[in-house]
Amino acid sequence: MPDVRVVNLTKKFGDIVALDNVNLTVHDKEYFSLLGPSGCGKTTLLRLIAGLIEPDSGEIYIGDKRVDNVPPEDREIGFVFQTFALFPHMTVWENVNYGPKVKNFDEKESETIVHEVLELVKLHERLSAYPNELSGGMMQRIAVARALAAGAKILLLDEPLGQLDAKVRNEIRYEMRKMAKDLNLTAIHVTHDQSEAMSISDRIAVMKKGKIVQVGTPQELYMKPNSLFVANFIGESNFLEGSVAEANNGSLVIELRGGAKVHAFGKGLAKDERAIVVIRPEVLTVEKPSYQGKNMLRGVVEKISFEGTFIRYVIRLESEDVVIVIKPSLTERWFDIGDSITLSFESEKVHVFAYPEAGLMEEISV
Amino acid sequence: MRKRVNRRKINDALNALSSKKTPKYITYLAAILIFLALILLPPILGIFTKFDTIQQIFNQPALMNRALIAIANSFIIALLVSAFDVIAGVPMAWLITRGKSRWLSILDTLADIPFIVPTAALGYSLLLFWNGPEGISALFGGSLISPGWLLIALLHFTFSFPIVVRVMVGALLDYKMEFERASRTLGASPFTAVRTVTMPILRPSLIASYILAFARSLSETGATFIVAGLLENGPVFLQNIKNELAVSNPSLYEGATVFTSLVLIVVSLAIFAFIRIFGSRLRLPIKGFWPSFERKLSYKKAEASRNSITLIVFFLIVLIPSLFVALPAFEALFNPTLSEAFSGSGIWSVYWQSLVVSYALAGIVTLLSFVIGLPMALMIARKRFGRLTSTTFDILVNVPLIVPSIALGVSLKFFWQSFAFVPEFLLLVFAHLAITYPYFVRSMTAAFERISLDMEEAARTLGAKPFDVFRTIMLPLTKYSILSGAIIVFTRSVSETGATLAVVTTLQTAPVVIVNWVKQVVPATPSDIGLGCGILIVLSLAILLTLRFVTRGKGRY
Repeated sequence: MPDVRVVNLTKKFGDIVALDNVNLTVHDKEYFSLLGPSGCGKTTLLRLIAGLIEPDSGEIYIGDKRVDNVPPEDREIGFVFQTFALFPHMTVWENVNYGPKVKNFDEKESETIVHEVLELVKLHERLSAYPNELSGGMMQRIAVARALAAGAKILLLDEPLGQLDAKVRNEIRYEMRKMAKDLNLTAIHVTHDQSEAMSISDRIAVMKKGKIVQVGTPQELYMKPNSLFVANFIGESNFLEGSVAEANNGSLVIELRGGAKVHAFGKGLAKDERAIVVIRPEVLTVEKPSYQGKNMLRGVVEKISFEGTFIRYVIRLESEDVVIVIKPSLTERWFDIGDSITLSFESEKVHVFAYPEAGLMEEISV
Repeated sequence: MRKRVNRRKINDALNALSSKKTPKYITYLAAILIFLALILLPPILGIFTKFDTIQQIFNQPALMNRALIAIANSFIIALLVSAFDVIAGVPMAWLITRGKSRWLSILDTLADIPFIVPTAALGYSLLLFWNGPEGISALFGGSLISPGWLLIALLHFTFSFPIVVRVMVGALLDYKMEFERASRTLGASPFTAVRTVTMPILRPSLIASYILAFARSLSETGATFIVAGLLENGPVFLQNIKNELAVSNPSLYEGATVFTSLVLIVVSLAIFAFIRIFGSRLRLPIKGFWPSFERKLSYKKAEASRNSITLIVFFLIVLIPSLFVALPAFEALFNPTLSEAFSGSGIWSVYWQSLVVSYALAGIVTLLSFVIGLPMALMIARKRFGRLTSTTFDILVNVPLIVPSIALGVSLKFFWQSFAFVPEFLLLVFAHLAITYPYFVRSMTAAFERISLDMEEAARTLGAKPFDVFRTIMLPLTKYSILSGAIIVFTRSVSETGATLAVVTTLQTAPVVIVNWVKQVVPATPSDIGLGCGILIVLSLAILLTLRFVTRGKGRY
């Protein structure tokens, strides 16, 4: 089955640019997520692919076929709405059978299909129920079944788990992935929940203000964020400001605010340039104050919270910067509030970015 | 300062009262009692006070026959016209809500115009357009459509069309587009999506708009009287026999009136009940699927021609005929009619008096609807006396809406006649109140129902007393609905002719004067009539625009 490809896609609503010259390829049979804060344009992109709205400029391809002038009913996609949009005046059976009917499938054939997909979502015994008699989880599964019965090879999911409570959501998200994989479907899943995207996607596109910031596997996004925004949006990060004291072919010495000097790697930064060092909380180790080594940051434990598997330390550095450190609780030596400590990290595990023109808070704001 | 202290005291007192059960229930009970005593029971009981005269008409087979034909005409016209209203009104509402052009907001406003043109003026306007030598008939060398069946149907279509458009625009705006989009992604063409998903979901609104158009068509008297020619429908028949028999044979007149009114009321209640009960079970033809045929209907060309037909129907059959009266009114500005009118000489002194009567009446009726309608709406919406009571009153409130207004007027007259002390103006107030009250209560009930109960409870937990909650939460959130309800009540009262003719003998409202002029009961020139209608339209338009301006952007959350 085909790839989905968008080229130079732009969509404006009045003066607001919802999608700004976006390029993206989703591969065949891939489970792909569009991730970003609300208002980033992810739903707009999904609706453009579905044909529910028309682009101002750019091209959309499904396989080799250019589809941006094709109405939604002819794109052979299945769309699952956040509100599910099950037709309230039709039973489960009628809802699922709707696609085969309007597509003029043979009656016997459509009956078989409907039975199959209802079997697949395990809701076979609720055939004659109306949508208002179903739970949220059931409605979600019927919405997926309905899209499948219409013969969709590409599943477009607009926050499909947003209306469900946390426990059901966690169960269903794996079911969704498994189903898409079992049926060899291409799925594009829109969400603002990074843990949801991370746990089910083959690849993720992180979006911000109408643009795609980074595309990659969950690991790539976490390990190698290409921007401060991604570093902040995916997982948790500490941001320490400083300036480049030495730059030698990507090997940098950064003098942080407060005077501490640390060693890190980063491209495109010159001497004396302002920079931000990004450190994941689990990358930092907590040592006694007497500790001597590379990349030392001295500070005091300000707060400790025990979170079961992990302990979370809040450390106030000598520079008055506050950083968060997460450590496994069982293997960790414990410190108390008020203890002086030294933090340390390996240079390869942190990232350095140039200080953003608009300021750090603006850059990472969602 | 002093004023503020006083206001504070009043507020505190009302708060204290509202916290106690007794005063609260007394308010609701008073609203119910007033509704029963003034609005619901008099029009029903009135007929029965004269019930014994009904046998008079059984001895007059010719008159009886005439009555039955008139009644049949009423229902046939109402049923057909309302069906056409829905067929033509839905595409129009569609165009207004779904179209992309910025001109559509103007179209939205234009659609309301036949609504506010008082129907008597509307009738005259249509008569000029379709039948008069200067209207469209001029193109065909003579009168295109003579007064009678077809002209009545056209007239009723004109004034009931905006009702359907209004209701359906509201319904389409509230409708969740997601359903239709889902249908498209499942493979349905636009037309199939609308037929199989959108229309079934909007069925309650379709039924409601049909019923409203139906009731309006059944009630209209003044304009129908103008365009009817020799044809009689129920209201025209009632008015004709009043002129023929009221003096010469009062008991036969009463008998015929009781009979006709009773049949009109009973049959319309039966039809209403039938539509209410079976309408919701009516399966629209969604079972069949004709994908390829409907796909053709969804083409851009088909859509464009549908929109063009909709616009042609609207402009040619609804809007231009409604405003055609402006032509003679415009001429009147340049001949002596204008100075005659403003000096109040001749027939014009009655006209000006009638204007004062009409607008004073409409003002009073609007105010009263508000005062006695609000607690009723609150009681229904919030189910203050339990679900059953609420549902019962919800249905009862609507009864006057579907009773033909002239029958309602006749019955009211019979009822209040036995209380000789009731002055004519008060009788008029009662009649108009009975007709307009349902509109106000309906719109307010819907508005209150839209406010989530959480809102009220949040205010209570923050320390607001019940009256405070009403004043600071309910009222501000429903301001828009109150004002739009008031507009409907006001314009409906200014337009009302049938009930007015039925209850008064000496007092004249503006539509009654217009009808008398057109029918040449009072000799008036075309110039006079044109100007008379023109002034009425301009005043109504001014009031509507003022209210629109005042309510602009307010109360919509």
